[in-house]
Amino acid sequence: MIISFILIFWSLVQLFPLYWMLTFSLKENAEIFGDNVIGLPHKWLWSNYTTALQSGNMFKYLMNSAIVTGATIVITVIAATAATYALTRMVWKGRKTATSVFMLGITIPINAVILPVFLILSKLDITNSYWALIIPYSAFALSMAIMISASFMQGIPRELEEAACLDGCNIYGIFWNVILPLMRPALATLSIFIFLQAWNELMYAVIFISESKYRTITVGIQELSGSFTTDWGPIGAALVVATFPVLLIYAFFSQRIQGSLVAGAVKG
Amino acid sequence: MLFLLRCTAKAVHRGGSGISHLAFRGEEHHMDKTMKNKTAIILFLLPACILFIGIIIIPIFMSGYYSLLEWDGITASTFVGFDNYIEMFTKKSIGFPGAVKNAFLFAGLSVFIQLPISLGLALALAKGIRGEKIFTAIFFIPVIISTTVIGQLWLKIYNPTYGIVNMALRAVGLDSMATTWLGEEKTALIAVFIPILWQYVGYHMLLMYTGIKSQSTELREAAMIDGANEWQIARHLTIPLLKPVLTVCVIFSITGSLKVFDLIYVLTNGGPAHASEVPATIMIKQLFGRNNYGVGSAIAMFIVFICFFFAILIKKTFRTEVDE
Repeated sequence: MIISFILIFWSLVQLFPLYWMLTFSLKENAEIFGDNVIGLPHKWLWSNYTTALQSGNMFKYLMNSAIVTGATIVITVIAATAATYALTRMVWKGRKTATSVFMLGITIPINAVILPVFLILSKLDITNSYWALIIPYSAFALSMAIMISASFMQGIPRELEEAACLDGCNIYGIFWNVILPLMRPALATLSIFIFLQAWNELMYAVIFISESKYRTITVGIQELSGSFTTDWGPIGAALVVATFPVLLIYAFFSQRIQGSLVAGAVKG
Repeated sequence: MLFLLRCTAKAVHRGGSGISHLAFRGEEHHMDKTMKNKTAIILFLLPACILFIGIIIIPIFMSGYYSLLEWDGITASTFVGFDNYIEMFTKKSIGFPGAVKNAFLFAGLSVFIQLPISLGLALALAKGIRGEKIFTAIFFIPVIISTTVIGQLWLKIYNPTYGIVNMALRAVGLDSMATTWLGEEKTALIAVFIPILWQYVGYHMLLMYTGIKSQSTELREAAMIDGANEWQIARHLTIPLLKPVLTVCVIFSITGSLKVFDLIYVLTNGGPAHASEVPATIMIKQLFGRNNYGVGSAIAMFIVFICFFFAILIKKTFRTEVDE
C-alpha cells in the first residue's frame, strides 16, 4: 500500500512538469498566466505549433538535427562494428592495448577537448557545416559503441565464421554477410544510444555552429525562447516538438533503450 | 588435448576416412590465416582510429599543451609553464574556486540525496509490484529528454511571476516565500540542482533496479522464512550485494557533477554574480568569451584529471571494502 503510494507520488513528480509543458504549449498567455494554470486548455491553440515551426524556424532545425543525428548513427555504427570485429575476433599483436585505449574514451569528458576540436575543424574549414557536429559526435559515441558491440559480438559462435570460411567467404564477406546480420539487435541498441547522445547535445552545437542554416534543434530552442520571451505558447510548442521524436522512439523501444543505457553503465 | 582428440575423432567419424581428417586440419589453418589478414585488420580499424585519434587523443594532448601557454588564438603564444593553473585558482575575477566548490556541492547532494531516492524507488519496484514496467518506463522518461528542453521547462517552472512554483506558493498563502529562484544568489544553486535531481533519479533507479533483479531471490526468500523483515533484508542482503552497481552510480553522480554544463548553461549560465558557476561554464567563458585559451585549457585539463581521479578513487575504496 505505502509502496504503491510512494511510486505513484514519484510518477506524478516526474510526469507533472511534462504534463504542464504539454498543456501550456496549447494555451494562450491569459490561460497560462492565471486563468487556467494547470488544467487542460479551454481553447486548444494549435497555432502555437505553426508559429514555432514556421516563424521559430523549428522545422528547419528539426531537419538539421535529423541529418546530423542520422549521419552520426551511420558513421559510428560502421566504424564501431568494424573496429570491434578487428578487436575481438581477429588475431594480432597489441589488440588488448588497443581495446583499453578505446575504452579510455568512455571516461574522458567531451567538454575537455572542445577548443582543440574547434581549432582542428576550423583549420579544415568545416565549422558551420553539418560535418562540424557529425565528426565530433561520431568520435564521442565511438568508445561506448565499441563496448556495446564487443559484449554482443563475443556471444557469436566461432563455428559460424569457420563455416563461412569453408564456403570460401573472405574476411570482408564474413564480416558483412555473417557477423553484421547476426548483430542486428545490437545495431538497434547502438543506434538508439547514439541517437540520444547526438539529438540532445548542446555545448558543441552552440559553439561550432553560428549560421542558423545549420543550427540544430537544441540551439534552436535556446534561440526561440530568447525571441519569444513573453509568448509562452510557441516556446512550449517548440519544446514538445523537440521532445516528440525522442518520446516516439521511446514508446516503441523503451525496454531496449533502458537496456542500452544500463549496459553502457555497468560495463563502464 | 581431450577436446582436440574428440574433434579429430568427430571429423574422422563424419568423413569416415583419414583424408577428411587432413582436410579438416587444412581448413583450420585457412581460418587462422583469414583471421590474421593484416590488410583487413588495418581496414577494419581505420575509420575508428581516424576519428578516435583525430578528435580525442590528439586534442587531449593539444589541451594539455595549450594549458601551458599564454595565448588568445590570434597573436603569438608564449610558454608560461604552470602559471595558468596558478592563475585560475588565485585570480578572483575568474571565480574558479567557487565553481569547484559548487561542483563538489552538487556531487555531495547527488550522492546523499539523489542516490538514496533512487535506491528507495529501486527497492520498492524490485519487490515485484503491479505495473513494475510502467513505473520504470515513467521514471526513465526525463533521462532521455534533452537537457536543453528540461532546462527551458524549468526556466518556466521557476518564472518569478507566472511559474508554477511561485503560483503554488501564492495559492496557499505563502506569498513571502515566492522569490526569483534563479536570480537570487542564495537560491540559485539549489534551484539549479533540483532539475538535475529530477532528471537523473530515474537513471540511477534503473541501474539499481536492474542490479537487484539480477540477484538470485533464493537468499532473500530464505531470510524471509527465517523471519527477517523487509528492512533487514534490504540492509543486510540486497544492498551489500548491490555494491558493484552502487559504485558505478556513485562514480556517475560525482563525475557527472564535476563536468555538468548543459542544464546550468540554460538555467543561469553561472549567474547571478557567479553564484551557480561550475568548472565547465567558466571554461567556456574563458575559451570563447574572453579568448583566454591558456586558462580555459587549464580548466579543461582540471576537469579531465579530477574525473579520472575520482573514478579511480571510488573504485579503489569500494573494492577494499568488499575484500574485507
